Amino acid sequence: MPEANADIIRLNGAEKHFGAVRALGGVDFHVRPGECVGLVGHNGAGKSTLMHMVAGTLVPDSGKIGVHGGSEDNYSVSRAQKLGIRCVFQELSLCPNLSVAENTRINHASLSGLGWRRKAAALITAKLDEIFPDHGISAWDIVGDLSIGRRQMVEVARAFTVTQDRLDLVILDEPTSSLDAHTSGQLLAFVRRFVAGGKSCILISHVLGEVLKNADRIVVMRDGKVVVADAANAFDRDRLVTAMGGAEARQKIAAAIAAAKPAASPLRVRARPAAQKDGADLVARAGEIIGLAGLAGHGQTDLLLAIFAAASRARTGIEVTAPVALVAGDRQSDGIFPQWSIAQNIGIRSLARLRNGLLISPRREAELAEAWQKKIGIRTPDMNNNIFSLSGGNQQKALFARALGSDAEIVLMDDPMRGVDIGTKLEVYDLVREEAGRGRTFLWYTTETEELDNCDHVYVFKNGRIVANLGRDELTEEKIIQSSFGDAA
Amino acid sequence: MTAASLDTTARSSAERGALARARLLRGLLPALSLALVLLAIAWLNPRAISYFGFSLMLNLAIPIALATIAQMFVIAGNELDLSIGTFVGFVGCVTATWLKDAPLIGVAILLGSIGIYALLGALIHLRNLPSIVVTLGMSFVWQGLAILVLPKPGGKAPDWLLAIMSFKPPFIPFPIIAALLIGLVVHFGLMRTSYGVILRGSGGNPAALKRAGWSLLKTKIVLFALAGLFGVLSGMALIGITTSADANIGNGYTLLAIAGVILGGGEFVGGRVSPIGAVIGALTLALAASPLLTFMHIPPDWQVAANGAILIIVLAARVLISRRER
Repeated sequence: MPEANADIIRLNGAEKHFGAVRALGGVDFHVRPGECVGLVGHNGAGKSTLMHMVAGTLVPDSGKIGVHGGSEDNYSVSRAQKLGIRCVFQELSLCPNLSVAENTRINHASLSGLGWRRKAAALITAKLDEIFPDHGISAWDIVGDLSIGRRQMVEVARAFTVTQDRLDLVILDEPTSSLDAHTSGQLLAFVRRFVAGGKSCILISHVLGEVLKNADRIVVMRDGKVVVADAANAFDRDRLVTAMGGAEARQKIAAAIAAAKPAASPLRVRARPAAQKDGADLVARAGEIIGLAGLAGHGQTDLLLAIFAAASRARTGIEVTAPVALVAGDRQSDGIFPQWSIAQNIGIRSLARLRNGLLISPRREAELAEAWQKKIGIRTPDMNNNIFSLSGGNQQKALFARALGSDAEIVLMDDPMRGVDIGTKLEVYDLVREEAGRGRTFLWYTTETEELDNCDHVYVFKNGRIVANLGRDELTEEKIIQSSFGDAA
Repeated sequence: MTAASLDTTARSSAERGALARARLLRGLLPALSLALVLLAIAWLNPRAISYFGFSLMLNLAIPIALATIAQMFVIAGNELDLSIGTFVGFVGCVTATWLKDAPLIGVAILLGSIGIYALLGALIHLRNLPSIVVTLGMSFVWQGLAILVLPKPGGKAPDWLLAIMSFKPPFIPFPIIAALLIGLVVHFGLMRTSYGVILRGSGGNPAALKRAGWSLLKTKIVLFALAGLFGVLSGMALIGITTSADANIGNGYTLLAIAGVILGGGEFVGGRVSPIGAVIGALTLALAASPLLTFMHIPPDWQVAANGAILIIVLAARVLISRRER
């Protein structure tokens, strides 16, 4: 039944329940041709569920889906692809054992027969060149060998490749979470070109500035419902945060940090990156929050890992005077023990304290977990549930609880807030500042410039070297970008 | 800005160059271990390195290589087949009896057994059962069926099969040609065709494959059916060499096949397998299994243990190389 609307997709009264949990409660949502729709909301607000329905991976319990004006009764992934709707999911969906070209083949059933490898390679290379001009990725690279940022670039480029099926709408779920500022800019510029060409995008991002700047229309979700939908220029940051039900604006952070700190607290870390030629050191004292900035993959993680290693075995050039804990950035591969409960995942860094004779005391483990559940607000009915029962943001909270609940006086954070919603972020920022006030030291690598506002000091990295050391008062985004791109000092 | 990005590109390409070198080294490891075993044999007994010597030493390598390939298909889909050994034994018993006496029934039984393998794949996928449990159970089923078919050692291989397996090509011994052929055919099928990519992808990231609209049920069925097919070929090749069968003839193949896949650069999870590596792994095991140890004058009682020691050494070398990869 062809209706008189030209919407690419329209959902009316979509509802979804998972067991007793209502993930979506009657959502109306639509995308018109030639517009970029920004979708924001906390983790667990129902964004992902809604997008799974648009992409055809989930079927609504009730409600109607219409595509290109026609009603779809048996909507599925393959149907969505035929109708030109693609999705880049938040969890990477590439096969790490296959090459870039082979991964492209997986999304295109028509890439077969003689010469398919050449065709697939040409297709993905052309699209990578178009979106990320200096990507440095070969079609024959095995995906598992690529950095997480490059994998995301491949994943995004793959979604925009076209063979037989039409392409009208691409859903980008946190597309910039693993990209640095430079490549994020390239991607968002491409999205604007794509939309200008009459196609459509749904942009989901926790970086509100990105959404405000690039979306034509913004839809805000909370508790499984759409609370506001309006033109992007009708929003500013504060209105968005208020609509999401977020905490107060972040201005208060600055004030909280400005509170004076004892100037001569004891030295905790003095480290020099391996590639450093001049005498520049990274110095961290008790109670300080030190930021590590610069483009992704320029030696920040390497230095954190070196400091972590130096805590147990002396290394030249690195001095560490207190126990260390690390909060990993890639939580799926470096942080979480997938088969373990939440409580076990928190307790692993503190086993010595949880011991009772030769065995781990389940009672003490539960006490530790419960204390941190309250303190950090991990949302679960039972800390003995599997860690995967938590949403992404809450998993990350559990990893913070693991580090903060331990005896570590120095906490290394390897871009831990990637893909975490703003509510969780603000809670963790508060916690970090509170713990720093008690004398703990934080070394915080982040790709989000906003987070550096929490730091006392920021070291900017380039090519494995420290190229700038900025104090609180001289910290601006321009300065950081300038140092990241300028000639190495 | 351009300078900075160029810089990044250069740096990361050097990084990936190192990764590629490490991967190449790991890819070469199976070939290196085979060369090492060959050198040891040549040093202990120079006369073995000849047309006739290779034909003898590598005789049993063909069925082992085929069984290893069968196991490799299962491992490519993140599963493990503990029944391949007794399955090879069952096929051997059918080959030495039905296939010779009533070829039509024999062919039907063998095709049916491949069908059972395919059904096992479907069962494992649909009921989400651990393949180790299902195939462990099946190993007793195959063993029991083999004993039913051939209660005591005996039977005779069909003449055409004997003719194939005793084929003597000029210059290059038959087992070497057969191994090359098996390796190349499977390499092309699994590593180069467009559906081979889907099969390997189902081990690498099943969720992604499902999202792209592929049927995981179908990939699992295809992988298990291919395992069944190569298991049948392995059993037939074995009987072509030994000329008669025994219900226990293939029992050792289960672990040999798994070891061959791993020795050849495969990994238990993640869809990382290499058909050519697997064949080389099988040849290495076949040579290390008895000829090398016999030449070293190691008594038969100790050969199994010595075989295990060789496995540990080679696999340890692999772990060292993969560690450098990180």
